Amino acid sequence: MSEAVVWLTIFVLSVFVGIEVISKVSSTLHTPLMSGANAIHGIILLGAIIVTGQAESTGALVVGLVAVVLAAVNMVGGFVVTDRMLQMFTRKKKKAPAGSSAA
Amino acid sequence: MTPTWVQLAYLACAVCFILALKGLSGPKTARNGNLLGAVAAVVAVTIPFFYLELDHVALILAAILVGTVGGVVGARKVQMTQMPQMVALFNGVGGGAAALVALLELGEIVGHGEDVGWFVLLATAFTIAVGSVSFAGSIVTFAKLQDLMTSAPVVFKGLPIVFGIGLLATILLTGITIGEPVLWAGVVLALVGLVVGVLLVLPVGGADVPIVISLLNAFTGLTVAAGGYVLDNTLLLVAGTLVGASGTFLTLLMANAMGRSVANILFGALKGGSTLGGGEASDRPVKSAGPNDVAITLGYADRVIIVPGYGLAVAQAQHALRELVDVLGERGIQVDYAIHPVAGRMPGHMNVLLAEAQVPYEQLKEMAEINGDFKDADVVLVVGANDVVNPAAKTTPGAPIYGMPILNVDEAKQVIFMKRSMRPGFAGIENELLFDEKTTLLFGDAKDTMSKLLNAVKAL
Repeated sequence: MSEAVVWLTIFVLSVFVGIEVISKVSSTLHTPLMSGANAIHGIILLGAIIVTGQAESTGALVVGLVAVVLAAVNMVGGFVVTDRMLQMFTRKKKKAPAGSSAA
Repeated sequence: MTPTWVQLAYLACAVCFILALKGLSGPKTARNGNLLGAVAAVVAVTIPFFYLELDHVALILAAILVGTVGGVVGARKVQMTQMPQMVALFNGVGGGAAALVALLELGEIVGHGEDVGWFVLLATAFTIAVGSVSFAGSIVTFAKLQDLMTSAPVVFKGLPIVFGIGLLATILLTGITIGEPVLWAGVVLALVGLVVGVLLVLPVGGADVPIVISLLNAFTGLTVAAGGYVLDNTLLLVAGTLVGASGTFLTLLMANAMGRSVANILFGALKGGSTLGGGEASDRPVKSAGPNDVAITLGYADRVIIVPGYGLAVAQAQHALRELVDVLGERGIQVDYAIHPVAGRMPGHMNVLLAEAQVPYEQLKEMAEINGDFKDADVVLVVGANDVVNPAAKTTPGAPIYGMPILNVDEAKQVIFMKRSMRPGFAGIENELLFDEKTTLLFGDAKDTMSKLLNAVKAL
């Protein structure tokens, strides 16, 4: 049972870290933050790879491969789309001085 | 036993994810934070190939390639206005993947007849059930936002009963799985999860859908965390928990910004208190004007505030709007954009949309910052927004949006609404401000009308 307690400890501490790191986010960044967090849980790809690599029947292999595809879409798509959004925020900042002098 | 170097590598990746989330919550560090997360994820995914004797490596790599291409193409092609449904879709497939992984692991446990202990079985059942809920819920959310189905709450008689039966079945099947793991129970659990997911999101009305995306995002995070426990993988546990916790917190923040409770959003429609989304056009008299009249009003003002909404972005009029603001600025008029926290279809969505049109950051004012300025504004131009300026949020206790903080547009000297038609906003309720005597309406497609307005102001 002590091993389960170790896992529980990691879990509880992670909950606090998860809340703490984003507690000061401005509403401007809610969408990219949600999208970025979404990409991070795409790490289930790691689990999908491990399970699929140990599949013993054709049925299990097929299901595993489907899981790998879905997880890869989540992870890769999530990071790319978040970057696309954030790219616009950076471009905007470079543009800012020109805009404010015109105003 | 997992080798020590692997555990340390997972720890390093977990730290990177924490730093990534930290980075994502600040405007200066956001992009690097996201990149750091991406690098950590890619590194983490290569690790099992080095320490485990995996079979079917070629097929797995091919599947990763397929998913990667799908993800990149989807992420590159999507319009910024469709961002909420894209996030919903990515979230859904992640939840689906987690459920499938847990099903396979259950099959493995059953096949080998191992005694893994009840807690692992509980975590497995949790992953299957909640992953399926997240998958099905996200797909329905996607369909609602993509207009593949009505965005109004869907409620049928007996929905609470079916939902209740679904929950009971989930508990029962989880019990069976813990008592004596069998594969069929897992498969049925997944199917029940799909039904519960659909029923959970169907009654949620239009304006609340984005909050549900955030909630389902947190669900998927917790699913991945439980999956990590089942697979004995610390990285999945930490990453999933981080997303689950931050996602839950973010959901509460957003619900707060809209003056709603999460329970009310999810179950409000069942007792008739959610956003109604009727969408009937009114035929009460209003004052309307053409682009030339509006150009004069704007061109001779001293202080103008623009309130952009989702309609602006749908019509792709944000570029013309930015030009208009530039021209007004050249005439010496002080112009700002007032951004409601939930403008657009997702909190923070409008900032992304205006950033796409290269609107300077300094002109974007958050609600708290600008709400005191409306009383000094000569003209407020509302483009494609409705619910976020609806005074019913302050004055009508029965209204679905009652209690939501709004932009104080009603305090301005003059208000111009640029609208397609008299149809109400996403929340489906009438806006009294439209019928106020200081309000003028400028009808037409936002992009078309905006260009006409721009030319008229240039000609002054």
